[in-house]
Amino acid sequence: MSPSLRVKVFGGVLMALGAILTIFPFYWLVVMATNTTADIYKTPPKLTFGPELVANITTMLERIDFFGALLNTVIVAVVTTLLVLFFDSLAAFTFAKYQFPGRNVLFGILLATFVIPMQMAAIPQFLIMAKLGWVGDLKALIIPAAANAFGIFWMRQYLSGGALPDELLEAARMDGCGFLRTYWHVGLPALRPALAFLGIFTFIGVWNDYVWPLIILVDPRHTTLQVALSLLKGLYSSDYAVIMAGTLVAVVPLLVIFLLGARHFIKNVAAGAVKG
Amino acid sequence: MTDVLPRVDAPAESPATKTSRPWFSFLPQYLAISPFYILFAVFGIYPIFFAAYLALQRWDGIGPMEWAGLENFTFLLTDGEFWDAIINTLVIWVMSTVPMIVLALLVALGLNSAIRFKGVYRLAYFTPNVTSIVAMAIVFGSVFSEEFGIVNALLTAIGLDPVGWLSDPWGIKVTISAMIIWRWVGYNAIIFLAGLQAISPEVIEAAKIDGANAWQTFTKVTLPLLRPVLLFSVLMSAIGGMQVFVEPQILVGVSGGVENAGRTMVLYFYERAFQQNDFGYGAAIAWGIVIVVLLFALINWRLVQRPQRDGAAR
Repeated sequence: MSPSLRVKVFGGVLMALGAILTIFPFYWLVVMATNTTADIYKTPPKLTFGPELVANITTMLERIDFFGALLNTVIVAVVTTLLVLFFDSLAAFTFAKYQFPGRNVLFGILLATFVIPMQMAAIPQFLIMAKLGWVGDLKALIIPAAANAFGIFWMRQYLSGGALPDELLEAARMDGCGFLRTYWHVGLPALRPALAFLGIFTFIGVWNDYVWPLIILVDPRHTTLQVALSLLKGLYSSDYAVIMAGTLVAVVPLLVIFLLGARHFIKNVAAGAVKG
Repeated sequence: MTDVLPRVDAPAESPATKTSRPWFSFLPQYLAISPFYILFAVFGIYPIFFAAYLALQRWDGIGPMEWAGLENFTFLLTDGEFWDAIINTLVIWVMSTVPMIVLALLVALGLNSAIRFKGVYRLAYFTPNVTSIVAMAIVFGSVFSEEFGIVNALLTAIGLDPVGWLSDPWGIKVTISAMIIWRWVGYNAIIFLAGLQAISPEVIEAAKIDGANAWQTFTKVTLPLLRPVLLFSVLMSAIGGMQVFVEPQILVGVSGGVENAGRTMVLYFYERAFQQNDFGYGAAIAWGIVIVVLLFALINWRLVQRPQRDGAAR
């Protein structure tokens, strides 16, 4: 073998090994979720899928209100994502295509909010929610997250990059479109690819959010999937098969959504970082 | 402002042209951008100032507040547990970031070479980044479990002693770091890959013609050209690494496990503020964390910004 071929083969083997290691926790999750807890505790451990998935899921459903938590998570993720898409695209469209007094200062303020570490606001945020009577309520998760600087910045960059020529806006004016109609009929269609990325990005983030729901959803019977999972683990820590069944069912929907849009999504992550 | 009648715009005028219309004629634009600013004022700015006020109080969240002056801050400076949490956070950051950057670079080089199944690899390496940390911390907890974990089973199978991954102070740090590495290698590899692809092939070709071998080309040409992308990664991991919470919380619990080895800054904040309801001191810890994060990001920024020659000298 020539040296360059040897490097190639070695590199290929390393890449494959790394990928297998990376995927292994997912494989292992399925192994544990489809076997009994006794199988998991065996030495040497069982390495293959078993027939116990349905039984484990059934037990899990008896222990936590999985569907309630799933429903809450879906509600929070869908509503937050829609609100973010609407508010962020509207603001981005306005910043990119309209001149108004204070525009640059306001956009500068928006950028400055990136560097403010928000964890210092957690206690007061909790107190505000208590004042509003939103502790334990899904509103406390949705409303503060309904618009964000990242999305506005991201989509403004997209529009400023030539995705929406000024001539189109002019044409809309000639047709007598007001501001909102121009946004709806000209701005939104031009933003479609950016909306797809921001939508998946927001949905994944909200779905996986844990710290704030843990703080604010004080009633363990009314919570989101991530908090329910940690409860399941805390309360029944010895029954691993059941915990893993719950974990598996909580992970699968998001993985499916991610895999559907993965190509586009990964490309945008890279583009955002290199440009920024 | 005294002009009550808004001027009727000529139809040919572009919306982006500057005009001297009164401010209220821009009301649709202000309304369109207002949601973010309103939310940020209510749930961002106001809480930050409120946190500054709270940090000067003694308060359990229920009874009346008591003025404490700088008491919380002087206590914070002498609070060994807080300093230990800072050290834990920094140690875990180094243990996770250094291998993560190296591995991500290797994966990016692999993805940038003439390798087959690129799409599959990209997907495989990236997927951990979008999966729930809670769920995967539960999985890692069992993979590294001392009673039945597959890692210890492997170690025993090849004749080594099992390791107390979740009962030994260093084992805990290694496990948390392993999980962070697992989660972020693919993400950073994708970013490095984009950086690599932005390097023009002619530059690499020129280095080869000048007689540089693969290693020299990599350290003297590729790495320096990747600096902006590396800077991004290091800064992001510095900011993220200072806020590690979920991994230790799920793996070893709120106190951080044996000898509090997994107690990070944010975990300590959560414990004092929301488990012990010490809101005044919690707010002081939060300010402490913010200062550490900003300082640390600044130090990293300076270090990576400075033109470094060590890569070329080696």
